[in-house]
Amino acid sequence: NSFKTIDEDLFDELEEILITSDVGVETTMKLLDGIRKKVKEEKVNDPKAVIELLKQEVLKLMSENAQLLSAEYPQIIVVIGVNGVGKTTSVGKIANRYKKAGKKVLIAAADTFRAAAIEQLEVWSNRVGVDIIKHQEGADPAAIIYDAISAAKSRKTDVIICDTAGRLHNKKNLMEELKKIFRIIDREYPEAHREVYLVLDATTGQNAIVQAKVFKEAADITGIVLTKLDGTAKGGIVIAIKSELNIPVRLVGVGEKIDDLQDFDPVDFANALFSE
Amino acid sequence: MAFEGLANKLQETLKKLRGSGKLNEKDVKEAMREVKMALLEADVNFKVVKDFVSRVTERAVGHEVMESLTPGQQVIKIVNDELTQLMGSTQSKIIFSPKPPTIIMMTGLQGAGKTTTCGKLALNLKKQGKKPLLVACDIYRPAAIKQLHVVAGQVEADVFSLGDKTKPVDICKAAIEHASKSGNDVLIIDTAGRLHINEELMDELLEIKNNIRPTEIMLVVDSMTGQDAVNVAESFNQKLGLDGIILTKLDGDTRGGAALSIKAVTGKPIKYAGMGEKMSDLEPFHPDRMASRILGM
Ligand SMILES: Nc1nc2c(ncn2[C@@H]2O[C@H](COP(=O)(O)OP(=O)(O)OP(=O)(O)O)[C@@H](O)[C@H]2O)c(=O)[nH]1
Ligand SMILES: Nc1nc2c(ncn2[C@@H]2O[C@H](COP(=O)(O)OP(=O)(O)OP(=O)(O)O)[C@@H](O)[C@H]2O)c(=O)[nH]1
Ligand SMILES: [K+]
Ligand SMILES: [Mg+2]
Ligand SMILES: [Mg+2]
Repeated sequence: NSFKTIDEDLFDELEEILITSDVGVETTMKLLDGIRKKVKEEKVNDPKAVIELLKQEVLKLMSENAQLLSAEYPQIIVVIGVNGVGKTTSVGKIANRYKKAGKKVLIAAADTFRAAAIEQLEVWSNRVGVDIIKHQEGADPAAIIYDAISAAKSRKTDVIICDTAGRLHNKKNLMEELKKIFRIIDREYPEAHREVYLVLDATTGQNAIVQAKVFKEAADITGIVLTKLDGTAKGGIVIAIKSELNIPVRLVGVGEKIDDLQDFDPVDFANALFSE
Repeated sequence: MAFEGLANKLQETLKKLRGSGKLNEKDVKEAMREVKMALLEADVNFKVVKDFVSRVTERAVGHEVMESLTPGQQVIKIVNDELTQLMGSTQSKIIFSPKPPTIIMMTGLQGAGKTTTCGKLALNLKKQGKKPLLVACDIYRPAAIKQLHVVAGQVEADVFSLGDKTKPVDICKAAIEHASKSGNDVLIIDTAGRLHINEELMDELLEIKNNIRPTEIMLVVDSMTGQDAVNVAESFNQKLGLDGIILTKLDGDTRGGAALSIKAVTGKPIKYAGMGEKMSDLEPFHPDRMASRILGM
């Protein structure tokens, strides 16, 4: 950034950075209006300081109610999202985190729909070295959750992590199926601490906002897992989601291997947004 | 959705302005701002939008429009025309090799829908009287081979696999040999999902290409992809020289602007659209319908 003065060209460049990171038009305008105001109020005249102000703004927003992985037990984590975003992989990685922390972990194969989804999760259960509860392909997902809860109670499990089938949010029947899973948990495991992670693919554009809105109606989402940040996409859509829906990012996926899961770091995130 | 009914909005804006006299350049600029917003909201790439808007503006400030009694409709028509032209106006089909077997290689980012689309395409080709062989070259993803077997079972197509210890290029060579014996006239190669910046895995695809010369190299793209779609498509195209694009997950409610961006940067045709998780959910791609969808019209 070689700007010498604060002018519209500078703001155009900031707009380009935000838009090309998938922040979206609305949130981009909102952020930049705020910065324009600040520049006036604080009589900023160094262009570098303007970028710094914007970075701080993003940082502030994304740091609000940031939380680490919960250490309350017993705990049940349900992982949800649209097709192919990285749910099953994230279940494996999260299981590994708790396992490494010395916790007793159980994973539930509640995606009974996708071809070889159960086998895929089985590979992860072996990799991590944790138990898996599974039925046949086509079985009722809620019945698997029910069995997982029973097993967890009798085996004194600390954490159940439930994989679910990928579903597009505009499919009403599939969203109803999800609600049924939560009703089972309400009824059978009210004593457990509950986390619901919405998995979002960092390469996703504006549709992620609708995804978050609609999934939020079906489930009490407690955090986002932002996957595939090891690519060139910046995942800026989570800024819009935080701004509009106040859902914080909890974890980020940075690869396909077991350890490629990190706690969300707002500083890294904001820096990456304005790098290059 | 924020831009439901862009057409109405544009009409409205332009009608209001027209009431106060003739349509001038400034009015058109104002309308183009709306178009720009709509395209960005639909995930069309920033640079593609810029080019597009300046091209449309140039046409819109021309004589016929300014003097027209219905400038609103004229501008909308220009936007639609230009968009359709950018998307490609005719439907593109799979090209078969004059000397069988035809080899179709599926490539793309992780989770885009490659394996599922292999099955869908096999069903589609079977209906055209072909005898496809699905080739399992994803040796990395957990249970990828099993997934391909399940998918193939659903459409009753043949599968060729050598497990996950053989190099993909060698699996492909063996598959071609197998096909000549078993009478499979089309090979559909499922490859592992990979990032366009992963040199090693991109080289793996290039090695396959150089050794077996696929008839069609397809990039499978999730229609929900955002601004990064151009980087991905450009990288795959530069490395491999793509023959076509398959868009997936269009049964969702995304505007799918990535489709336009990819077409614009690669010039390669979008051949099919994935419309669901079932094997029959594959449709030929219609560029004109996509143009309207992107604009929310
Ligand atoms: N590069 C990268 N790839 C990832 C990451 N997380 C998951 N993947 C890959 O993305 C693809 C899809 O991951 P899955 O875990 O199967 O996704 P899913 O959401 O369970 O998919 P469905 O169950 O089909 O809806 C796989 O190839 C994963 O290896 C990540 O953080 N980075
Ligand atoms: N709704 C919908 N889902 C689709 C479509 N195409 C694929 N999917 C789903 O998207 C997810 C990922 O599909 P896969 O075929 O496993 O994707 P892939 O590209 O082979 O993934 P990797 O091998 O991990 O890179 C699965 O849940 C599929 O059922 C589509 O057109 N519509
Ligand atoms: K995806
Ligand atoms: Mg899964
Ligand atoms: Mg696959």
